[in-house]
Amino acid sequence: MNPAAASAASPPERLPRCRACVALALALAAAVAWSFLYLAVDYRQLLGAESLRLMAKFIGEFFPPDMSPAFVAKAAWGALQTFAVAAIGTLLAVVGGAALGLPAAGRCGIAARLAARLVLNFLRSVPELVWAALMVIAAGLGPFAGTLALALHTTGVLGRLYAETLENAAAAPERALRDAGSGRIAAFAYATLPLVTAQGVAYALYRLEMNIRMAAVLGFVGAGGLGQLLYFHLSIFQQAQAATLLIAMLVLVFAVDSLSALVRARLLPAHA
Amino acid sequence: MSASAAAWSGAAPTLRDPAARGRLTLLVVGVVVLWPLLVLAEFRPWQLFTGGNAQVMANFLGGFFPPEVAPGFLTLLFKATLETLAIATAGVALAVVVAAPLAVLAARSLSVSRIGPGPGRARGAAMRTATRAVLTLLRAIPEVVWALLFVRALGLGPGAGVLALAVTYGGMLGKVYMEILESGDTRSARALLEAGSPRIAALLYALVPSTAQELASYTVYRWECALRASVVMGFVGAGGLGQLMDQSMKMLNGGEASTILCTFLALVVVADVLSAVIRRVLA
Repeated sequence: MNPAAASAASPPERLPRCRACVALALALAAAVAWSFLYLAVDYRQLLGAESLRLMAKFIGEFFPPDMSPAFVAKAAWGALQTFAVAAIGTLLAVVGGAALGLPAAGRCGIAARLAARLVLNFLRSVPELVWAALMVIAAGLGPFAGTLALALHTTGVLGRLYAETLENAAAAPERALRDAGSGRIAAFAYATLPLVTAQGVAYALYRLEMNIRMAAVLGFVGAGGLGQLLYFHLSIFQQAQAATLLIAMLVLVFAVDSLSALVRARLLPAHA
Repeated sequence: MSASAAAWSGAAPTLRDPAARGRLTLLVVGVVVLWPLLVLAEFRPWQLFTGGNAQVMANFLGGFFPPEVAPGFLTLLFKATLETLAIATAGVALAVVVAAPLAVLAARSLSVSRIGPGPGRARGAAMRTATRAVLTLLRAIPEVVWALLFVRALGLGPGAGVLALAVTYGGMLGKVYMEILESGDTRSARALLEAGSPRIAALLYALVPSTAQELASYTVYRWECALRASVVMGFVGAGGLGQLMDQSMKMLNGGEASTILCTFLALVVVADVLSAVIRRVLA
């Protein structure tokens, strides 16, 4: 195509794309507007004097937090358990995600690819709380049920991300090793794995951050940790104890997020 | 390369992994850290197979087939799905409104005061730290607790759910937006800022064009999470699929539960397609 033709052609070329932009923006705006209209919630109540007073009263009940050494120790124990649930759940999910991600990236044939994707989508689409409810039936009340629930859901998420990373990784290094006569496993381990490890660890750390919060919520169905304590104290209106637990949660989330951000920043190049 | 040279010159080349010691240390440290965590999480897989647990589970899962397809239930399901979609969409829309300004405030790549020594450097840094603290506070408190707060004002219903989603997801989206804005190629934004352009212009002309796809796909992903969070919202009587699921599980009605799970699966596929469409339009 000569330059004149290109410049003449370029304005009409831009139009359809922008038409799509406008259509998409309108559709999204319509969806948002429909949502608010459908729910028909009167948000003005939120700023009414009576509601403000009730909310202030609710927040006020949380102060001062219960800082007695015995309860702080209990909260710290709960935080440790929540961390353990999230960490083990994520670790199991890394193993499961890698095992399912390989076939999902099309390394074991087209049938295995479709089957693995279906399994991953299913694992991911069942909410963590529903997994937790099922696991409580299977494994009994306690943190183990929460760990399994997080592991199952996160396997679905990480497996899909790992499959995408594997598909996006450059294929040339592995082919070079294969052409030079190395085995399939050796070629994968020495050519492709080093390319995707950093990204894989970064995804796992991201999920760990989310799972910390989710582990706290899972406690509501009896899966141990901070969530179970929080649910217990909120349901018997002990807001001071609940406040201590919320502070413990805040500290835990902040610590894990900062650590993980630090590790991720060191793992990945600046532009990744 | 001296090691390989020595190996070649020796009669019997001994192959050893130069990274072996590091790997061994990592393994030992890993096991030492992992063991107490496994104990804390009460990790006992054999529990799954003892005391008839497997039998109970098999009976329960057996009840999942066939899925319930009675017209009355499907009508109920359709209404609940619409409600869940509306709550998630409204919540995420508000969350974006909360997150975008906070992310712009907190992003280092959009800081004018960081460019050179001058007045306001410390004030700018304090401002960013404060904004980050607000984001952490918003997302560290679970949705359910926010929902309990808003129930005081709006009563039981979808309103509390929407606002709880807006606050928690506002915190999460704000943090991720900030990281995306900081981790992309920030040189063009810096060039604009150094040439004296306002921050909004630097954001819209330098950072957004290169990160739009990533921002959009993360927002859609959060919308998908918001659909699943409707299960949590069932706790405050927000209606939707979560409440339906809760009822079915409590009555051990496996057929209804499996139909609802199929709906979740379909919604996740819809979210995937939506994400792909938006990214293609923005590309």
